[in-house]
Amino acid sequence: MLLLVEQFLNGLQFGLLLFLLAAGLTLVFGIMDFVNLAHGSLYMMGAYFAATFVAYTGSFVMGALLALGATLLLGIVLEFVALRHLYGRDHLDHVLATFGLILFFNDAVRLIWGPAGLALPLPAWLTVPVPILPGIYYPAYRLAIIVVTLAVALLLYVVVMRTRLGMLIRAGASNREMIGALGINIKLLYTLVFGLGAALAGLAGLMQAPILTVQIGMGENILILAFVIIVIGGIGSIRGAFLAAILVGMIDTLGRAFLPDLLRKILSSAAASTAAPALSSMLIYILMATVLVVRPEGLFPANRR
Amino acid sequence: MAEPLLRVEKLVRRFGGILATDHVSLDVESGELHAIIGPNGAGKTTLISQLTGQLLPHAGTIRLAGRDITRVPAYRRSALGLARSFQITSLLPDFTAADNVALAAQAHDGHSFHFWHNARNITHLRASAQAALHRVGLSDRADVVVSRLSHGEQRELELAVALATRPQLLLLDEPMAGLGMTESARMVKLLQELRREVAIVLVEHDMNAVFALADRISVLVYGRVIASGPPSEIRGNEDVRRAYLGEQHAVTTHG
Amino acid sequence: MIAVLNVRALTVVLVIAGLVLLPLYTSLSGNVFALTLFTRIVIFALAASSLNLIMGYGGMMSFGHAAYLGIGGYAVGILAAEGVSSGFIQWPVALFASALFALVIGALSLRTRGVYFIMITLAFAQMAYYVASGLARYGGDDGLTIYRRSDFAGLINLSNKVQFYYLCLLCLLGGIYLIWRIVNSRFGMVVQGLRSNEQRMQAIGFPATRYRLVCFVISGTICGLAGALLANNTDFISPAVMYWTRSGDLMVMVILGGMGTLFGPVAGAIVYLVLEEFLSQFTEYWALILGPLLLAVVLFGRGGLFGLLGRLQRG
Repeated sequence: MLLLVEQFLNGLQFGLLLFLLAAGLTLVFGIMDFVNLAHGSLYMMGAYFAATFVAYTGSFVMGALLALGATLLLGIVLEFVALRHLYGRDHLDHVLATFGLILFFNDAVRLIWGPAGLALPLPAWLTVPVPILPGIYYPAYRLAIIVVTLAVALLLYVVVMRTRLGMLIRAGASNREMIGALGINIKLLYTLVFGLGAALAGLAGLMQAPILTVQIGMGENILILAFVIIVIGGIGSIRGAFLAAILVGMIDTLGRAFLPDLLRKILSSAAASTAAPALSSMLIYILMATVLVVRPEGLFPANRR
Repeated sequence: MAEPLLRVEKLVRRFGGILATDHVSLDVESGELHAIIGPNGAGKTTLISQLTGQLLPHAGTIRLAGRDITRVPAYRRSALGLARSFQITSLLPDFTAADNVALAAQAHDGHSFHFWHNARNITHLRASAQAALHRVGLSDRADVVVSRLSHGEQRELELAVALATRPQLLLLDEPMAGLGMTESARMVKLLQELRREVAIVLVEHDMNAVFALADRISVLVYGRVIASGPPSEIRGNEDVRRAYLGEQHAVTTHG
Repeated sequence: MIAVLNVRALTVVLVIAGLVLLPLYTSLSGNVFALTLFTRIVIFALAASSLNLIMGYGGMMSFGHAAYLGIGGYAVGILAAEGVSSGFIQWPVALFASALFALVIGALSLRTRGVYFIMITLAFAQMAYYVASGLARYGGDDGLTIYRRSDFAGLINLSNKVQFYYLCLLCLLGGIYLIWRIVNSRFGMVVQGLRSNEQRMQAIGFPATRYRLVCFVISGTICGLAGALLANNTDFISPAVMYWTRSGDLMVMVILGGMGTLFGPVAGAIVYLVLEEFLSQFTEYWALILGPLLLAVVLFGRGGLFGLLGRLQRG
């Protein structure tokens, strides 16, 4: 029972983190029609910045905030210097260009921080187990992640649905020329949106950093999951991304935790231990394949025909 | 009485809250040229798209030669004898005119899972292509890449491509759009020749052409057919005048 | 009578001649490394050509093509590990497995278009990577050593570098010839037409997905052959071959060389791999240069190398 609650919360936490990543990706794609493969690199930079700044300032919160700011700045600079010239071009050009950026970032990180990866230790006050139910404890930090990501998700919802900026974002997603004609500074809007996406990626990266090692290539693995989420959740839909992210996070975590035992009950021990890791990895893709067969437009697409 | 070639009954199509096709019914007989006119935004292209299968209606039926094709996918309607030209020219821009037409002929020459022989050397396909191009007057432009053809030639090519599929019913969505005087006259003459062989549904804004060619005219306003009948009847119809003819175009002075 | 110098054709002839004569050069100069490098280049050129079929001619931007390299490679590796060294069994299995995978993935992925298609093919290829990583019996993450190269009962000795090179070259040229025939056939016309204007093709009566799927399967199968060759070349196969950045490499080769041209992928493979080799001699951090270089190519160069050659020819 304890294990189930713990894994359930882990799944939720993972899912929420994935949502942050997927939301940034979806925003940039929805507004600027820009496919950003380097989104994973921004996630990685968030983690590396956090590890560095926390070590430098000695304060976890200070380091995290600085890292967030640095990633935001990095995103804006990237957009301004290189990526804005690619708007309106073929998606393939985006893929190619941002692929080049991934190669660059991975090697740049290796040059600056070395190939070994970093560790980001948590301050004492974040490692205490928190009693969430009588007799059931959950690490404070993971709880903090859940709280922070939910807060950010809520903030995102409020901004996109209730503010003027959000209205421009939603309008821009459906009709780019129109908001240009309204006299809004499109370039500024796009830069801001890209910055927002970068910040979301960086936040996800820095929050995940203490739990996973900070290492080169961490962005690519998780980017694929973000793609899967967008496909499952639905085209252009942040709500869909949210629900799909939770779903994916749950299935992946719970699957990895319980599938091996489940398999051992059905198959022989040898077969189970061979099949279990492979099958656990495949779960999300099986889900994606199912969604594609049953509802190719995603579970919660933004447009309903 | 024989079943008409095309029978559309109470077709309905919505987009969100808007009723783009409002219980539209119409008939087209074999050998008839039936024009559909109406102001911009009346839903003419939406109607054509449902007839060709690009859009699915929410209610109503479409029958072609007695067969219910309401939910038949677009590519299969072509095999059943339906061909269309597009309002915004829709060709294969990197291929030559002959290639475009030959492909249409190829689509009706059995399956295309042949991987070895050069398609451009298949004599009977090239011959069909040449024949169709000759019909529309583009024989000498056969080997020109589509992106280099003039707008008028592209409109004529659209027609040739449709013809190469040997249709029973031709759906033409504003074939005269963007054509100059001489080119329009040529197109009208061409359609006059064609109507003897194949039934035509013609969506057009060019009233000269419509009144010269049509056996019957249906008038579409806000997704509804407000009048349907021979040209003389339509010209004299008050509702039509008010909704469309009087305000939009100078009424043609036909003798 | 003015003789027109067809720059593209000349380049192609020179490249092919160079590739055919390479072993002569290496045996004379003793530069064995060049032979090893170019064997690898030729194999990747075959893989890139297969990708070009669906990308350049078919308009299907697949970001998961490296999966077929892995499948073909693992077919050889797994069979070898189980004691089956005969190429006559291994290679058909490699082709069949690749075709099957392409059929399933294609059927699922082709329900989407554009960016979503890119994402999905990427995701499925990564899934293959994870599955291979989980195969503890066959080395998992560490990979699988192949102790005996595919045996063709004395017809050809794959352990002989020169013979193996010529086999790879034969496969490349054969593959390109096959692609040439396919592209100009009835089938090829349909696939190209679908890339150009799907709506128009449906209107004249072609069911799109069917044709695209078959094209996808053919492409995957050819790449599976490249995978079998690759496994023999390195005497080793690991999941890393299928990692998504390798699919990116293939895409780069196709686009760099000129998408939708027959020899573009060959040029792209040569340039990309030679550049990678050259840069890594200079610095361990060659991606620092290659990355922005790619970016620059996208920003400023249109149509890849063969596109450039075409413009030189006209201008």
